[in-house]
Amino acid sequence: MRELTLDQVDDLALGATLLGTGGGGDPYVARLMLRGAINRYGPVTIVEPSELPPDGLVMTTAVVGAPTVLLEKIPSGAEFTASVTALSSYLGRKPVALMPIEVGGLNTLLPLATAVEMGLPVVDADGMRRAFPQIEMTIFTLAGISASPMAVADEKGNLCVFETNTNQLGEILVRGAVMSLTLANAMASYTMTAAEVAEHAILGSVTYCTELGRLLTAVQRGEAGAYDRFLEFAEGSIIFSGTIVDVERRTTEGFAKGTVTIEARDGSERTMQIGIQNEFLVAFEDGDPVVTAPDLICILDAETATPITTETLTYGQRVNVVAMPCAPQWHREGMLEVVGPRAFGYDHEYRRLGA
Amino acid sequence: MLRMGIDVGGTNTDAVLVDTGGRVLAMHKAPTTEDPLDGISAAMAAVGQDVDLSGVGKAMLGTTHSANAIIQRRGLGRVGVLRLAAPSSLAVPPGADWPDDLREAVIAAEEIIEGGYEYDGRVIAELDEGAVRRFAEAAAGRAEAVAVSCAFSPANFEQELRAAEILVEELGEAMPISLSHRVGTLGLLERENATMLNAALLGVARRVVDGFRRALREHGIDAQAYITQNDGTLMTADRALEMPVLSLGSGPTNSMRGACSLAGLADALVVDVGGTSTDIGILVDGFPRESATAVYVGGVRTNFRMPDLISIGLGGGTIVRPGEGGVSVGPDSVGYRVTEEALVCGGGTLTLSDVSTAGGRLSGFGDPGLTADLDGAVVSGALDWVDEQLAARCERMKASRDPMPLLAVGGGAHLVPERVTGASEVIRPDHYPVANAFGAAIAEASGTVDRVYQYDSSSREECLESARAEAVAAATAAGAAPGSVRVTSVVEVPMTYVPGGGCRVQVKAAGPLESY
Repeated sequence: MRELTLDQVDDLALGATLLGTGGGGDPYVARLMLRGAINRYGPVTIVEPSELPPDGLVMTTAVVGAPTVLLEKIPSGAEFTASVTALSSYLGRKPVALMPIEVGGLNTLLPLATAVEMGLPVVDADGMRRAFPQIEMTIFTLAGISASPMAVADEKGNLCVFETNTNQLGEILVRGAVMSLTLANAMASYTMTAAEVAEHAILGSVTYCTELGRLLTAVQRGEAGAYDRFLEFAEGSIIFSGTIVDVERRTTEGFAKGTVTIEARDGSERTMQIGIQNEFLVAFEDGDPVVTAPDLICILDAETATPITTETLTYGQRVNVVAMPCAPQWHREGMLEVVGPRAFGYDHEYRRLGA
Repeated sequence: MLRMGIDVGGTNTDAVLVDTGGRVLAMHKAPTTEDPLDGISAAMAAVGQDVDLSGVGKAMLGTTHSANAIIQRRGLGRVGVLRLAAPSSLAVPPGADWPDDLREAVIAAEEIIEGGYEYDGRVIAELDEGAVRRFAEAAAGRAEAVAVSCAFSPANFEQELRAAEILVEELGEAMPISLSHRVGTLGLLERENATMLNAALLGVARRVVDGFRRALREHGIDAQAYITQNDGTLMTADRALEMPVLSLGSGPTNSMRGACSLAGLADALVVDVGGTSTDIGILVDGFPRESATAVYVGGVRTNFRMPDLISIGLGGGTIVRPGEGGVSVGPDSVGYRVTEEALVCGGGTLTLSDVSTAGGRLSGFGDPGLTADLDGAVVSGALDWVDEQLAARCERMKASRDPMPLLAVGGGAHLVPERVTGASEVIRPDHYPVANAFGAAIAEASGTVDRVYQYDSSSREECLESARAEAVAAATAAGAAPGSVRVTSVVEVPMTYVPGGGCRVQVKAAGPLESY
């Protein structure tokens, strides 16, 4: 058990932006919400699943919607506690802890804000160790854990709880509810026991994220050797350096989709195109897919090492594209169907990074 | 017809007179004064000694008044902030991430009331008009201006307009009101921050514009008065009274554009060394590269387009301290008092101007004999520090191995060595000490279009093409030379609720003034 205090929030947020791989929502707002919550209710208690009663319930809570909408429609805070409370009353049992569904993007920080407000600890674990645009895209789905029952709530007191046979159908129902509830809502889901968390979740991911953020901060400060230390910890590498020459995007079916094109800066004719579906999902070099989901594609500002999100991509930016392997727990049966390139409609083989 | 460009920096106030061919007829560099308007008036008088000022048709002012007011928390107006968004957004109140001292200096009252729009055009809540009136009552007598923000107001600003009507009813016509949809684009918190800063700067803007006009009158100049904006274009003094926030970052833009024009180069590093600090930026195709990430002004996050800059505490007045472990330099500076306090000027403080003189980089400043006793190790230690700082920052700004020319400008440009790692050559263009005032004098006319288009009735490309053409025409009408106008920004905000795929399109075009 440890405390996560105000002075760690910025590192956590920076790590979360990086692991958001361009999406997952800009943690800026979530950072303000977490700071506000810690100021009001005290530090966040972070626990290992082994520190909880094995049969105690752990729930995830997350924002669901479109990142571009969240730039305009800031959460009220009440929607998150409402989603957890709704799920508890449906199940007739209260959770002993909350957990991020994804450590990547703003959903890394929001459950922490909700947890301190509700007086609950947060489990140092998650279901992705990156961000993905759909609810079924978790390591939990591969382990056969149901996302249901699921509760969706808005800031006005509207909520619904439902159960589905598959997590894929759960995603479709949530998306429909969220479209109607205006694309900036809270969801509670993936209730499991602490024993199940210990067995199936990606453990240590909150700590991992904070450490990534700390190392990236050192890069941004220009400390000697910091880029190497950061890449070594992330097991990543810079796969392309160039200038953004085109950003094409559209919001369809509640997702921000599009393509960003980067031209090499070394005078060669090489280009990289990166497919966006809320996150950066597939990187093509001269038409050849070189990195695909579930491995991570991060775009960093070449000068400042700031991770660039899909909303802030602009023509003329100079960037480094960093590829990082996904959490090893992903490499199990069923992965490609759930989070491989074809799960996002890209007709390409998955090529494991570094293999 | 002549143009007068004036730049008020933290240390110096510079003025230039430029003729229609872009030739510099007169220039003057003077210390910035306690009341900056004294410096402006003195600079005008100085350039008027050799040239008849009655020939000046346009006068352009670039000033750090607004930026300094925010950075120093001085002269800011107190603002009532009204956000139309409840019950959404309650988790992050207005000013939540402002530095405490700035929040205390600026925010007189703040309230999040029911109102705002969803992404699809439905209302989050109908505007709570009673709450607007109650807010007006609470703000009356405490706030000097009101800032109004509203969720999704870039796509639908009816509630902001209605709230403004009510505020005027309650607080009177004289109460200035800044509406967020006029100040910024998508991103509620950043737009709200910019709107609050704008409202807080209205008083500063009034003093600057009044003083500028008064100085022009006193010198018998009957010219159109302009203020330069962040993007290197001009706004009329009248518009600057309403939109002071748009001029916040104009200083570095002017300096970089001025350097580029004086040197006749389109791609270069620009190192602007002042008395207290150095800004390093990069020109791409004749324009400053813009910052890709959120811009912080005085600790406040905004979504302005600003030049991408690295600033370091290195200037002609930077204090040098010899110590046992070597020389320590800055970051503090004697600023505009360098002409009294530097050793070379007979003062008692060792500054970078002194080591620059002793090291042979600076001449014609004070009495070089006064630095003759300086320890050679101190001189080389301080200059090595300068060279390392500049080389490292230039390399970072460049982010490419290809060497490119480096333009050294500003009053402290002597500090830049003849060779900088990564730079193909170091160029000090003619009139380099007043590159920023020259940049103000060659600022461009612009035109904008802000309209909702239906992408279904004609294609997106056709709509954007028509908006571009209209913005170019508007820039030409504002005085830009036909044929030289280019589109500088295109912002699309989809209004998904409008049947037929409506989209708010904001296009800006700019070009050099005709007869320049």
